[in-house]
Amino acid sequence: MSFFLSQVIIGIQLGSQYVMVALGLTLIFGILDISHFAHGHLYMVGAYLLYVVMVLGGINYWLALIICMAALAVAGVAVERVVYRPLRGKPGINSFIAAIGLILVLESLVGGIQPNTLSVPQPIDSTVHFLGTTMEVQRLIVIFGAIFFIVLLQLFIKRTRLGTAIEAMSQDREGASMVGINVNRMSALTFALATALAAAAAVMMAPLAFLSPGMGSTLILKAFVIVVIGGLGSMKGAIFGGYILGILEALAIAYVSSAYKDVFAFGILIVILAIRPTGLFKGREAT
Amino acid sequence: MKKYAKIGLYLLVLAAAIALPLLLNMSRKGKNHISILTLGMVWAIAALSLNLILGYTGQASLAHGAFMGIGAYCFAILFERVGINFWLAVPITCLVTALIGFLVGLPSLRTKGPYFAIFTLCFNVIVLVVFFNWTWLSGGVQGQAITLPSYLSQRWVRYYVVLFFLILVMLIERQIVKSLAGPSLIAVRSNENLAEAVGIRTFREKLIAFTASCFLVGLAGVFFAMEQQHLSPEATSYLASFYILIYLLIGGVATLGGPVVGAVGLYWLLSRFEKSLGDFRYLIFGLILIFVIIYFPMGVVGGIKKLWEWAKERWGGKEVPSDTLAYRGPDEEVRGVSSD
Amino acid sequence: MTLLRIEGLTKRFGGLVAINKLDFDIPAGTITAIIGPNGAGKTTLFNVIGGAMRPDEGRVTLDDKDITGWRAHNVAREGISRTFQTTALFEELPTWVNLVIGYRMRTRSGILDGVFHTPRSVRERKDTSQRVLETLAFTGLGDYADKPAGSIPQEAQKRLAIGVALIGRPKLVLLDEPTGGVGLGETDEIISLIEKIRDSGVTACVIEHKMRMIMHLADHIVALNFGVKIADGNPQAVCENPGVIEAYLGECIA
Repeated sequence: MSFFLSQVIIGIQLGSQYVMVALGLTLIFGILDISHFAHGHLYMVGAYLLYVVMVLGGINYWLALIICMAALAVAGVAVERVVYRPLRGKPGINSFIAAIGLILVLESLVGGIQPNTLSVPQPIDSTVHFLGTTMEVQRLIVIFGAIFFIVLLQLFIKRTRLGTAIEAMSQDREGASMVGINVNRMSALTFALATALAAAAAVMMAPLAFLSPGMGSTLILKAFVIVVIGGLGSMKGAIFGGYILGILEALAIAYVSSAYKDVFAFGILIVILAIRPTGLFKGREAT
Repeated sequence: MKKYAKIGLYLLVLAAAIALPLLLNMSRKGKNHISILTLGMVWAIAALSLNLILGYTGQASLAHGAFMGIGAYCFAILFERVGINFWLAVPITCLVTALIGFLVGLPSLRTKGPYFAIFTLCFNVIVLVVFFNWTWLSGGVQGQAITLPSYLSQRWVRYYVVLFFLILVMLIERQIVKSLAGPSLIAVRSNENLAEAVGIRTFREKLIAFTASCFLVGLAGVFFAMEQQHLSPEATSYLASFYILIYLLIGGVATLGGPVVGAVGLYWLLSRFEKSLGDFRYLIFGLILIFVIIYFPMGVVGGIKKLWEWAKERWGGKEVPSDTLAYRGPDEEVRGVSSD
Repeated sequence: MTLLRIEGLTKRFGGLVAINKLDFDIPAGTITAIIGPNGAGKTTLFNVIGGAMRPDEGRVTLDDKDITGWRAHNVAREGISRTFQTTALFEELPTWVNLVIGYRMRTRSGILDGVFHTPRSVRERKDTSQRVLETLAFTGLGDYADKPAGSIPQEAQKRLAIGVALIGRPKLVLLDEPTGGVGLGETDEIISLIEKIRDSGVTACVIEHKMRMIMHLADHIVALNFGVKIADGNPQAVCENPGVIEAYLGECIA
């Protein structure tokens, strides 16, 4: 039982990363209707920035976290402004192509400067006993950090004026703009939030894995799966879907086969879409 | 007049295409270029196949890389392992790829827009993982080698073979678009609800187009295997799907020359700068991609067409009919009809 | 002789009942008008008949054939065509291509016929060309044949939409506000087109707001209000119906 439990906890940790990336993506995809495929690569940039700031710059991990989140928020806003805004109103596939262009730019830039895989030390390099299993403290940081940020985001959405505007847009974009919500400002804000969230996820996950220029690739694919299953624009769906996927994947690795673990997520999506072509939960209908 | 100019242009390009390997074959570096051009034409066939469903029914498939790889492996297995005659293995491969495409199309084409794209992308990822892990099928990391018959050992011979099939595919696609089948497909892309209301069975149209598209991309897979002479699971990568999409869109979607220009041109550029720029060529490629899709979404060929039409209107005076559809049915008679 | 029979037709959207147990007949060879204030359920009725939506209750019968719940493309093939309130066309395609598409359901050539230039494809192309020319003449759109459908004048677009609905030789055309957004002078062209349709043997069912026009044009009127039928008969009778007068606040002109 203890093994099963430890796998579930690993699954929750895995899911935490998925949730944070998927939340940002569902906001962008759901509200702004942008196929922001480069989100995973911005996550990657966040991890590399952590390396620069923490390992090269010698700055404390927690301070570095804040710096990375702020810097990536700015980067997200810039990406929206320069790459996606000119394509507003054009077919979605154009944004997708632009996203691929951005991916190529980011990956070759980072890979060109530093092709070797890097690693980042854990800020609290020890293990702890948790619910009968032993695990690195960093994993707990990921789990609780994710919960912290998710709650923070929810508070922002529900309790602030800007947040309410975002929620309004996720439900009805046209209606929202008609009641005077500034679409440009909301776009920038959404990207800032989403990218900061991804940066936080990257910073928390980085000490547990190696950094490579392509580390965002599979992640973004899974994030899209989660967003589609959970419903475009549905934050609940992203949270629910992210954790479920993480747990199922961890269990699959442990009990079935580690080689085919990635197939799992994508297989689920295909089955769900085959049964219900409009997705599982009620999100915004894809036009 | 415009018709003759167009035919003249095509003939000119064809002449150049035929003459090129003869010139290039003189040097060793030139021989390399022949290979690059051959592969460029292989990608052009793939881009033309994607054009059939994207340009003409509006469905963005991100699985064509997988289908191309499936075609390549299918051919390799039939030819190399089962021992079927080269020229018999080609149509069999196309049919197999078409069949798999049909089976994938059945569940996936009920979904719309981005959902369809994600469905096909997921399919592609699954295929990639399967090929990576199922060593019996793919040869795993070592891959699958193909020993060509002796008459295909020369690069310039393979070049002409692929050129022949490229022209064939272009003619097939042109025939499809110009026939009565063309308007049905375009109707689905233009206004799917209206197409349904006028009696077009849109799901059926999409499925047929998708199956035909997979048939053609299987052909691309065959020649990919032929030119590379060695396959690894990467041949089914979703990155290939992205590249096919990029070549198509940058070249000009829903045109006949666009996919060819985009694929041959871009692939050649990427290969040309491989030594000098290394991975940085992708940086430039990415920037170009972003720039082009923002300012020239209709692609190179589409942009040239628009420019041509604009010029004719400006200086020619006469209204130029829209060339979105090459179908020229009751042309002459129609112009004579007046309201009565 | 009844062409279309509606029995107990009901369609709900969540809590709202858009059409409620509707019963009426459309006689063959006539122009039947559906009138009613906004929100009365007229377009929903067309959507259900045309197959864009499935009814919750009731039956739709065409020429004694039950077509209830049939998908739109099957309804079209069976003989009911329609136009839409917001003019629906294949805007970037030339006028004549729009018509070709409208006739596609009557041809069976596919991709293989096209690629191999089969006798069937040759025959059907000739047939299609013929039909396109006939329809262009019938709707008076010859001058616009080559132009992208989205670029021709609004009123011509309305005629084109009607042409697309007619080219497939339907038994019944459903016209949803065929003069919507068209200026008073140009309305006459469309009215005479509708009369031409009826005279050529095709039954027409028209949703309209312009009461004066309907009075002269229609042989038979069905009036709806809040999804319920409040009158059904010839123009004179409907005009004098107190329920109709109330719904339109006495605007009826005989």
